[in-house]
Amino acid sequence: MTVRVFVPCDTTALSMGADDVAQRLLDEAEQRGQALELVRNGSRGACWLEPLVEVETADGRQAYGPVGAEDVPALLDQGLLEGRREHALALGKVDDIAWLANQQRFTFARAGITDPLSLDDYLAHDGFRGLERALALDAQAIVDEVKASGLRGRGGAAFPTGIKWQTVLDAPAEQKYIVCNADEGDSGTFADRMVMECDPYMLLEGMVIAGLAVGATQGYIYVRSEYPLSCRMLNEAIERAEAAGYLGDDLRGSGRRFHLEVRMGAGAYICGEETSLLESLEGKRGQVRFKPPLPAIEGLFGQPTVVNNVLSLAAVPFILDRGGAAYAEVGMGRSRGTLVVQLAGNVKRGGLIELAFGTSLRHVMEDFGGGTYSGRPLRAVQVGGPLGAYLPESQWDLSLDYEAFSGGDAVLGHGGVVMFDDSVDMADQARFSMEFCKVESCGKCTPCRIGSTRGVEVIDRIRHDQSREANLALLDELCETMVDGSLCAMGSMTPIPVQSALTHFPDDFLRTVDKSTQASAEGEPS
Amino acid sequence: MSASLEWTPAQVQDCIDALKHTPGALLPILHAIQERIGHIPADSVPIIAESMNLTRAEIHGVISFYHHFRTAPPGRHVIQVCRAEACQAMGGRQLEAHVKTRLGIDYAATTPDGGVSLEPIYCLGNCACAPNISVDERVHGRMNAKRFDALVDELSDSLHTQSLEVK
Repeated sequence: MTVRVFVPCDTTALSMGADDVAQRLLDEAEQRGQALELVRNGSRGACWLEPLVEVETADGRQAYGPVGAEDVPALLDQGLLEGRREHALALGKVDDIAWLANQQRFTFARAGITDPLSLDDYLAHDGFRGLERALALDAQAIVDEVKASGLRGRGGAAFPTGIKWQTVLDAPAEQKYIVCNADEGDSGTFADRMVMECDPYMLLEGMVIAGLAVGATQGYIYVRSEYPLSCRMLNEAIERAEAAGYLGDDLRGSGRRFHLEVRMGAGAYICGEETSLLESLEGKRGQVRFKPPLPAIEGLFGQPTVVNNVLSLAAVPFILDRGGAAYAEVGMGRSRGTLVVQLAGNVKRGGLIELAFGTSLRHVMEDFGGGTYSGRPLRAVQVGGPLGAYLPESQWDLSLDYEAFSGGDAVLGHGGVVMFDDSVDMADQARFSMEFCKVESCGKCTPCRIGSTRGVEVIDRIRHDQSREANLALLDELCETMVDGSLCAMGSMTPIPVQSALTHFPDDFLRTVDKSTQASAEGEPS
Repeated sequence: MSASLEWTPAQVQDCIDALKHTPGALLPILHAIQERIGHIPADSVPIIAESMNLTRAEIHGVISFYHHFRTAPPGRHVIQVCRAEACQAMGGRQLEAHVKTRLGIDYAATTPDGGVSLEPIYCLGNCACAPNISVDERVHGRMNAKRFDALVDELSDSLHTQSLEVK
């Protein structure tokens, strides 16, 4: 009998040598005269175990990881194809791995189980059930279901998705658009990428449902250029979905239509801001627009437009299939449903962790993460991307929900958690926040464009011990100006990591930095 | 990289004509030109402007806004090093320094033999396996100085073979 062996094909698995492992498995099995069927599945999100090889047995799928190509002969010698557990890399049944079993997966229920591009796999695992239901409902009923779920924008702003959809539904227009923001630029985040690479049909399904809900017939997925694999997977998925009638002029024989196109960004962090993204989609410089008008009223090409993050749209098929109430059943306070934590940086067991809102940050870092990768003490954690606060130990018991985080002067954002051990220099980190803003500012408003440049200079003066007190006061004022005067979150939130570093790790700013070492830390061409 | 130093206005015109009727066509067109030629030559700007009924300033403004678009031919290989926080937490700054020393160039530069261009990048989305670099758009996780040197040796071997083949 031919044994099915799974080797993931997402960016993380590939970056850790999954292609070599797959090839070695095929070569070795052939040499041994053993038959195997290789499936390139998506990733389960246990990045620390990648490449995670799975073997189908009568007793479920057996897992091995992290597997290197050089481990393959010994694994085969020790019964990998029979699912035996003799080799040191054997992890037992994949469903029993605590790191995975202890999650609550609504959105990532299929990730890693299926071949991402197989429509049959998707359908066999509840795929397109949400769409089938939506096709039987009127537009208002779909919007009501999303409202009932309590879903809030997963890009970071946490605006209620149902209300946004209602605004677009109520806006009269010949042409409306659904735009998916897949410009996942925050360091420490990769959940959007995992949706696109491991379960792309789910995103397509969510967007078609959104189109039916608000009366839009055209969708765009704006994917950052740093994700070429995501673009390829989506384009292939769109082609196959069109051929099967899940996209196009006649959705499943309903007479309704929805078309979808992938657009690639071009390496601009600011295009993750929705109005800048729309400018970019229109073929312009990605400069932020003034609001109002809201994109829901005047968005892409001046038409009413839903702009939603990948994770928001990816949550929709579950909500339509199981009902808004089933989604809203879990969570904490006004944060309903699940949060997709991406545990990254200096962490032993990093990856994608989907949990109901309300667990503590510490629980995730300790029980899932297992502490730092280096084994040194954890010192600071940046949650919510490059515009998120650096949290000291006193804040690690914060509950992972939007309100608890904003109450603690912190940001949950897109769910990225980046851990730093005690070798971190928080003054370096604060300087980098300003430097990043300087590199990525769209330039439209002065506080962000000039403020970030001045911010780098002022932090350098503090670190070189030049009029330290006066410059600390100046930095405070500068941050205040950026917060109050910037047009969008880029300029107004860059002070958050800077000031959290200053508040919680003041000693790091007292060390005087030698000018020569500073120059070598400078990232730009000298 | 199938980049060639030679390009013709007809190639540019082809890219434009294939896409100019799609809404918001400029970025797709610029991507197509860079994909085809390896960069967006300065002399292609007037062609794009004319075809799109835009000014040269507008085209230049768009090209220069986005980090991804390059106006000069890259080296035969492009190495991008992630400078963002998750990689910093795993020794990214030391890796950056090593990469620059090993290649003997800074960011936004190409080695004198035209073999490798070095670019900074802000997140490759592989943050649980940091630090990361990409070589010709392929991400390599858990990078360190030793593995980087091995990768560069491999690239120089392939470059050497290529130049022998040309002869």
